Amino acid sequence: MKNICLYFQLHQPVRLRRYRFFDIGNDHYYYDDYANESNINKLAHTCYLPTNRILLDLIKKYKGKFSVAFSISGTMIDQLKLYAPEVIDSFKELAKTKHAEFLAETSAHSLVSLRNVEEFKRQVAQQVKIIEDTFGQVPVVFRNTELIYSDEIGEVVSQMGFKAILSEGAKQILGWKSSNYMYCNSIEPRLKVLMRNYHMSDDISLRFSNQTWDSWPLTADKFKGWLDGVSESEEVVNLFMNYETFGSVHSVESGIQGFLSALPNVVLSDKNYAFVTPSKAASALQPVSAIHVPSATSWVDEERDVTAWLGNEMQNEAVDKLYALLPLMEQCSDSALLKDWQYLQSSDHFYYMGTKFFANGGNRAYQNPYQTPYDAFINYMNVLTDFAQRLRQAVPQKSQEVKTLQHTIEMQQKEIQELEKQLVKAGVEIKKPAAKRTSSKKSTTSEKVVAESEKKTTRKRVTKK
Amino acid sequence: MRVLMFGWEFPPHISGGLGTACYGLTRGMASIPDLDVKFVVPKAFGDEDKSKVEDIIGANNISINGKRLRVSHMSKQLDYIEVESMLVPYVDPQDFWKLTSLKVGETFRFLQTNSEGKFHFTGKYGTTLLEEIRNYAIIANIIAQENDFDVIHAHDWLTYPAGIAAKEATGKPLVVHVHATDFDRSGGSVNPVVYDIERRGMHAADKVITVSNLTRNIVIEKYGVPAEKVITVYNAVDPLKKEYTGFGPKTIDEKIITFLGRITMQKGPEYFIEAANKVLQKMENVRFVMAGSGDMMEKMIRRAASLKIMDRFHFTGFLRGQDVYQMLSMSDLYVMPSVSEPFGISPLEAMQSNVPVLISYQSGVSEILKYAIKTDFWDIDAMADAMYAVLNYPSLQQLFAKYGKEEVDSLKWENSAVKIKSIYDSVVCR
Repeated sequence: MKNICLYFQLHQPVRLRRYRFFDIGNDHYYYDDYANESNINKLAHTCYLPTNRILLDLIKKYKGKFSVAFSISGTMIDQLKLYAPEVIDSFKELAKTKHAEFLAETSAHSLVSLRNVEEFKRQVAQQVKIIEDTFGQVPVVFRNTELIYSDEIGEVVSQMGFKAILSEGAKQILGWKSSNYMYCNSIEPRLKVLMRNYHMSDDISLRFSNQTWDSWPLTADKFKGWLDGVSESEEVVNLFMNYETFGSVHSVESGIQGFLSALPNVVLSDKNYAFVTPSKAASALQPVSAIHVPSATSWVDEERDVTAWLGNEMQNEAVDKLYALLPLMEQCSDSALLKDWQYLQSSDHFYYMGTKFFANGGNRAYQNPYQTPYDAFINYMNVLTDFAQRLRQAVPQKSQEVKTLQHTIEMQQKEIQELEKQLVKAGVEIKKPAAKRTSSKKSTTSEKVVAESEKKTTRKRVTKK
Repeated sequence: MRVLMFGWEFPPHISGGLGTACYGLTRGMASIPDLDVKFVVPKAFGDEDKSKVEDIIGANNISINGKRLRVSHMSKQLDYIEVESMLVPYVDPQDFWKLTSLKVGETFRFLQTNSEGKFHFTGKYGTTLLEEIRNYAIIANIIAQENDFDVIHAHDWLTYPAGIAAKEATGKPLVVHVHATDFDRSGGSVNPVVYDIERRGMHAADKVITVSNLTRNIVIEKYGVPAEKVITVYNAVDPLKKEYTGFGPKTIDEKIITFLGRITMQKGPEYFIEAANKVLQKMENVRFVMAGSGDMMEKMIRRAASLKIMDRFHFTGFLRGQDVYQMLSMSDLYVMPSVSEPFGISPLEAMQSNVPVLISYQSGVSEILKYAIKTDFWDIDAMADAMYAVLNYPSLQQLFAKYGKEEVDSLKWENSAVKIKSIYDSVVCR
């Protein structure tokens, strides 16, 4: 029995408008509404709506034998709600069938998993809530931004309670091994790892409409032939791709949507095949081995690593400066700032700053609004500079000071409590009433300490004045 | 293969970019075996660097006494050339003021020679330029008859008549090399005499070499040359001389943005000032330097003064040699907002000194540079934005220092020479 796992990523960044340095401090609106609206509308009508319709028909037709999985970033859901709410409705319809699974990710489609664990967890929790509120499903499988995965990320994801994660079946990781088995995380073996079959996925997502490709035109029968070529013992073929494959990367005229609607028919006519969602695959299949991924991989570029976003000085500066704002962000409750914070984290902003394509060409031009990586960098940094200024104004320095003082008080209290406990232990051995007395004492001593530290605070303020 | 090359100047006697480019190219050609270059200049001083060429011939040393010109209609064509107006295409900026204050009293005299039957050449870009061009062509005809070669190569319009004359004398193929057109120099108001000489040279040539695709398009569109005849060969840059490095760290604590070049319409100095003004509205510790001189300098000073930014904006006048590199070593950004620049070697020199560069899309060099910020020359907002970014976001400077030098070091005259050799082959083997 061979399982086919179809998964589609939906994410579009909120594109930034041309933001000059003289806008810093003067204008706090960062987005190119026209570009965003027309982009989402175009994608909705050429890609999302027609493809959703095809998938819904297939699910109904095969009554449970056909299933798919999606991840839709929080940023994307925001934009769909704003510009094309009918797309949300059609995804809700898919969700109702129970054969469309929605996966968890970071709401901002960010690179935070490479920078800060706490913020990562916060963004994932936020996304889980969004998916639950919108589609009525609680995600149990995780997929990170652009399939970024490493052992450490897997460990955190497992701790958050997810049972499986999606990752790239990168050559440098798998070596001679096949991506068509279930693996598990090397630190937390409970977390199952689905490896993307990049060859067969890219046949559809990259090469489908390439007329110079020797396998063009690709038909469902031909693809089925390739699936038959996969060895009998292999269990799951993971076809993961961007949802824009159907109608945008490959135009409607290329026949990509026809291919998608024909594929299940051809595949399911053979009793040896079944479609599974990631969660179903995770519960049905046992891992064959742990997979070691010491440094982060992704599904982008030939290198399949994170250098597409963190490959040069500009990208590193931009990401560093962004996440340097985290401590301030934690105290921020302003909703406008929180939204900007989310939108500024999209990995795409950093992707546009890449200089790798200087060397190897590549198709970076696809949906890239900037002429050069320097343009992308300069524009982003201007926006970030303004954002940081606003954030500093919104989170007054004073509250920061108070917070550090509160922190020291807390730490002292903890220390006192532990010392008290030791005292109690010692006290218990001697006499029970004595122990009671110490416990009543405890509260008074801790109160004293608090009072003392408060005194300190006031003293400090006085000296400052 | 032997090449008879016509130029206008040769180091050390140079006043424009043409001489530098010719010298670099001949040096690159010296690396190709079986390629000998005879370089002809109007005036040979005798101290030229002859190590890389077979010979340097000075037209001033050739006598025309008792010589017969082989082409009958040539003199007729050249009769048209008369000095009617002040024609100063490239001018040594220091000479400019002197020249414009001179009155042109000479009338055209056909074949005025000295007692030895030789022409007098200055080899400069002066008032007698058109006469010199014509005389140069006559000498070229004689040189062509007396020398053995396979192909003729003429650099820029000053030498096209010489190239044509040599071709008519011998029937050997002619390659003309367009370093600039009058459209670049004049900003559109083309001098018809110069245009005519340029056009005639390009049409007489078997192949036309342009220094960028920008120039190639002008040659095809404005001069009506068939596209298949025009080939782009990019210029390169000589490695940085030792004496031009190691100036030590900058002593002022302020950022410096530099414009370095002739202050003429072609170089777009006014856009630099407007962009500088925008940056100065937002930043304190930055100074702008406009190094060079030219006919728009006074106007630029007035503009800067009226913007009230003269406390942060400095005019240095014309810089030479070491001063240029000292200025670059102090700079945090080099800006070339040229309106129309066929190639533009100076940003490459800035990159050699590890200075980030901001260049206009209207420069030929922007076609080959990746580690440079590019804007349209008229887009002062984008230009100001780039200036601000380089000064405020440190990774840009790091990136350019790391890869820019690498990139510029890979632009070698040897590569340009190889491409030119293949063009020679295509015309000789026909």
